[in-house]
Amino acid sequence: MKSFFLALLKSRAGLFGFVLVLVFVLAALLAPYLGLPVPTRSNLVARMVAPTWTGAFSPGAHPLGTDELGRDILSRIVHGSRVTLAIAAAAVVLGGIVGTLLGIVAGYYRGMVDRVLMRIVDIQLALPLMLLALLVIAALGPSTTNLIIVLSLTSWLRYARIIRGQVLALREREFILSAHAIGAGTWRIMIKHLLPNVMTPALVIATLELARIIIMDAALSFLGLGVQPPNPSWGRMLADGRVYISTAWWIVTFPGIAILLTVLSVNLLGDWLRDYFDPKLRTMR
Amino acid sequence: MAPLLEVRNLTVAFDTPSGTVHAVNDVSYTIEEGETLGIVGESGSGKSVHALSMVGLIATPPGRIVRGEVVFNGRDLLKLSQRELLDLRGKEIGFVFQDPMTSLNPVLTVERQIAEPLKRHFGMTSAQARARVIELLELVGIPDAARRAGQYPHEFSGGMRQRVMIAIGISCNPKLLIADEATTALDVTVQAQILDLVRDLKRKIGTTVIWITHDMGVVAGLADTVQVMYGGRIMERGPVRSVFHDPRSAYTWGLLKSLPHGGKRGVTRLYQIPGNPPDLTRDPIGDPFAPRNPFATDRCKVETPPLVDAADSVAGHKVAAWYDLRAALATQEARP
Repeated sequence: MKSFFLALLKSRAGLFGFVLVLVFVLAALLAPYLGLPVPTRSNLVARMVAPTWTGAFSPGAHPLGTDELGRDILSRIVHGSRVTLAIAAAAVVLGGIVGTLLGIVAGYYRGMVDRVLMRIVDIQLALPLMLLALLVIAALGPSTTNLIIVLSLTSWLRYARIIRGQVLALREREFILSAHAIGAGTWRIMIKHLLPNVMTPALVIATLELARIIIMDAALSFLGLGVQPPNPSWGRMLADGRVYISTAWWIVTFPGIAILLTVLSVNLLGDWLRDYFDPKLRTMR
Repeated sequence: MAPLLEVRNLTVAFDTPSGTVHAVNDVSYTIEEGETLGIVGESGSGKSVHALSMVGLIATPPGRIVRGEVVFNGRDLLKLSQRELLDLRGKEIGFVFQDPMTSLNPVLTVERQIAEPLKRHFGMTSAQARARVIELLELVGIPDAARRAGQYPHEFSGGMRQRVMIAIGISCNPKLLIADEATTALDVTVQAQILDLVRDLKRKIGTTVIWITHDMGVVAGLADTVQVMYGGRIMERGPVRSVFHDPRSAYTWGLLKSLPHGGKRGVTRLYQIPGNPPDLTRDPIGDPFAPRNPFATDRCKVETPPLVDAADSVAGHKVAAWYDLRAALATQEARP
């Protein structure tokens, strides 16, 4: 753990990503205790109040202004991150575990298992993911659980495809024969020998996927299929605020920046984690 | 005393799109406890395949064990279930493979890899295994073992990795250690060090060893018994001294003749065995070496010679040949 932070301190990009992710996660966890206004309470007198620091007329303390119903934007972003980050993290973990395991199974067993799994991936890739998500949400109804299921459904195949390819190459390597020779069974080989070898690509996919899922979640909310109003979500805020972009730019800008920063910090952190987990790069530091 | 391992009529074939490859044909031999058996042969001679097939390490399909028995310590390995084979591999039979660069898992520390058979077979915890891992690393001559254990394979040189592989191979004190081309990928000085280590280990722990190689020199320095294989058959077998000084198979003779001899002045071309390696998709009838054998008789092409005691030689020296190599060489020398 100590060496983890020591290594982190040496990478500017990694540290930046890590700190930012930490800030977002802490803000999300501690949202109710930050003394922010209630995110769902509207105040029609204080509609579309500009952020305090712009110097424009701004009754009440709204650091990032208020939206068309007079709700505090900072509070809505922070509370919205709870849902967004939880959904994105859950979907990445779920999709990642399922996809990685299926990828290992397909690559290791090959044959029928591989063909069936990869045809499912092909079919799903042929459908636009957004359409698939819309269909499933429309059928199951919008709820947090369904959203997680749908998002991981659009995510597992990327892991499965890439991990399978890696495993196809790895299973022919001599160290897998060595593992057989010391009496390791199928599961032992898949979990103890193949899994650590595909962790690096899986982690890279996970960071890309986390960013993509946050955006997709925003898009689904934008279309009204994600988190239901009046609960705040970043996508929803973008959708509702875009009408007022010419009169109250802050309503769409700040949720947009929140999405941007989250995706950026996750990517930076993921990039660094990938290097950290590569034993060859680690010892060179 | 019953031999540690008795192979009887082992026959292995591979079904490939271009026909059935007869990789191992009717191989029978025994190895006593404590013996070191060197198996020599060129690529495709069946030396590796027969060893891997004994413990179920060949892919089936395309591989297929046609018939045979492999009695190890009183049990026929070919009749064991997958489960029993898993329990046996690494515990009672250890392996060391050819390429130490690729035989270790690049993302796991050396300690984890040596500890794995210990955890797998003896149910040790990581902490319990650690002491044994360090002891093993010291045994195979890796200095600063406690620190080296935590390192990754890429931090070791080729020779050091092969030492690690040997540590894995002997970790559970197996009765039999099979080394498949274990020194082939190493340069000559490192090779010599590894052979010293193996001799040393044999003295300390007395494991029975099957050493598979294509290098006659390695066998000469290490083995008690040598077994020459060609085209999936045993051509000749016997005590090292006897086989090297008095070969009875034309193939062994050709192999020994094609070795460079030190001390000779001037540049002389090395002898080469004429012809090409056998086409193993043909039906395995006759002496597989017959097409390349200058001393072959008509009988060699149609009838497979059995492995029988060589005439006027020491006990245990056996050869599969219809021709008489000594007589043939004598007449050849008599010619002007």
